[in-house]
Amino acid sequence: MSFLTYFINGLSLGSIYAIIALGYTMVYGIAKMLNFAHGDFIMVGCYVVFTVVSTMGLNPVVGIVVSIVICTLLGVTTEKVAYKPLRNAGSPLAVLITAIGVSYFLENAALLIFGADTKAFTSVIPWEGIILAGGALKIQGVTIITIAVSLVILIVLQTFIYKTKAGQAMLAVSEDKGAASLMGIDVNKTISLTFAIGSALAAIAGVLMCSAYPSLTPYTGAMPGIKAFVAAVLGGIGSIPGAMIGGLILGIIEILGKTYVSSQLSDAIVFGILVIVLLVKPTGILGKNVQEKV
Amino acid sequence: MTMKKIQDKYITYGMVVIAYVLCEILMRTGIMSSHIKGLLVPMCYYAIVAVGLNLCVGILGELSLGHAGFMCVGAYTSALFSFAMEDVIPTVPRFIMALIIGVAFSTLFGFLIGIPVLRLKGDYLAIVTLAFGEIIKNIFNAVYLGIDDAGLHISLKDMSSMGMDPSGKILINGAQGITGTPSDANFTIAAFLLLASLFVVQNLINSRDGRAIMAIRDNRIAAESNGINITKYKMFAFTISAAIAGTAGVLFSHNISTLTATSQYFGYNASILILVYVVLGGIGNIRGSVIAAVILYLLPELLRGLSDYRMLIYSIVLIVMMLFNWAPKAREFREKHFAFLNKRKEAR
Repeated sequence: MSFLTYFINGLSLGSIYAIIALGYTMVYGIAKMLNFAHGDFIMVGCYVVFTVVSTMGLNPVVGIVVSIVICTLLGVTTEKVAYKPLRNAGSPLAVLITAIGVSYFLENAALLIFGADTKAFTSVIPWEGIILAGGALKIQGVTIITIAVSLVILIVLQTFIYKTKAGQAMLAVSEDKGAASLMGIDVNKTISLTFAIGSALAAIAGVLMCSAYPSLTPYTGAMPGIKAFVAAVLGGIGSIPGAMIGGLILGIIEILGKTYVSSQLSDAIVFGILVIVLLVKPTGILGKNVQEKV
Repeated sequence: MTMKKIQDKYITYGMVVIAYVLCEILMRTGIMSSHIKGLLVPMCYYAIVAVGLNLCVGILGELSLGHAGFMCVGAYTSALFSFAMEDVIPTVPRFIMALIIGVAFSTLFGFLIGIPVLRLKGDYLAIVTLAFGEIIKNIFNAVYLGIDDAGLHISLKDMSSMGMDPSGKILINGAQGITGTPSDANFTIAAFLLLASLFVVQNLINSRDGRAIMAIRDNRIAAESNGINITKYKMFAFTISAAIAGTAGVLFSHNISTLTATSQYFGYNASILILVYVVLGGIGNIRGSVIAAVILYLLPELLRGLSDYRMLIYSIVLIVMMLFNWAPKAREFREKHFAFLNKRKEAR
């Protein structure tokens, strides 16, 4: 029974990774850049909820909405100010280093505004959870909600991308920017929309993560952000179901590794997986193989 | 090699030597406070690792976020040797051997990690080097190593599972690291190692091998069709870069008495800080890395009031620098209005 508990915890953590990875994979698929600051959007979202709910004493729902709005604006602004000017820069390093700069900026801005001390995040989900099998198996409310939310997001995103015009535009831009713009698609708008969706997802992931693991520091988002990238790579970068699968697998491996192997080495295991995936199947589980053209 | 490049090289050496002599004079005459004296060796090892990273980022053209990991390897292996041999070998040969061991191990790690990593490029390469850096840090944090009459004992779990005789000596105590390492490094050694690293990197850049490496950076496919062995030169540059980071690690561990693999010094944030030095000094500009590392390390330490805002300012400068140097629009603007500044760029 304890294995099942760990497994469900892993599923819950994996769902959080999956939501973050969805944002990563969309941005990577369409803007062709690694948004290193994506993890820090999570942290910003958490601090917004913390400020609205714990400091101002408003309803958690208000907090979540405000946090999604602010993260969306932040994502779109970051893209406009920092990434867009570098879209046609000769070196792929330029935009990556800029993204690292943005990540550094957000972390240190949060450090100045909120201080380095750990804030105790009050869970926005009041539900205690359910008890199964006569008390042997207790599933927390936040665990169930997290898994459910990630499934809903997956379905909504899949429908959005394949059924709506804006979603089709995203697919076209990810395929070929030049051809898409010749077909009358506004590439800039599409990339902005992608960043908006990705950042909104980061805010949701942040709220869920801090409800499950209630400690908040300026560096809260950095590590999960990187791990979510690992998840996106594992599932196949650019693929939405892939991000989901990758996230779930990674979460389960991390929790089981922490429990059965060594809590010190769980990060090393997660990163070891990244290395193995990139060596054995660089396109990930569901990724497409793209040939390099001269 | 043109006259100008030779001149350039000696200007860099001259700068380091003059800075060293100045610091020595200030130290000997007692003008320099003990606080600043303590900053001299760290300043040097950050300059060294920045030079090493610049070889990887600027000359090879691949972004590594794992150089703090290589530093960690150099630091741990050399400190382990010095600590184990503290009572056996006198100081000078011990430090030289520790240096050789530290550099050898970081070279080995650079080589081994380079094999898989250099098959990737761009974003993937950056994130995998980051992953390796974190793995190295995590493993050093988890390892327990001890020695007694029965030989070496190693464990990744805890002290008791080593099965060690209580009379034995604990070498690495998990997350507590190595306690009581001999502090053999001093400013003279640090300055010498900085000069040595500069010597290696600058001579490499101005050699046939260096030109091959830069050709790969500028256009991989064109370089390959000209018969340049891509894998060999990439490995070569990456391994040397790791070895230089390892040198910095040796200085690091021999400048303190307790070595722990904290993320402050060996996590990816440390790698990013080194990257800040490289970017602000100018990607591909070796002298710039040394200057940037020295200034950016000393400045916040000297202006205590600024230290809270240090990182925030760095990050803003980093973003602005990248936009100013790389954005096509900004380049156009510069060419129009500041054409006279770009004259020297032609040489690149």
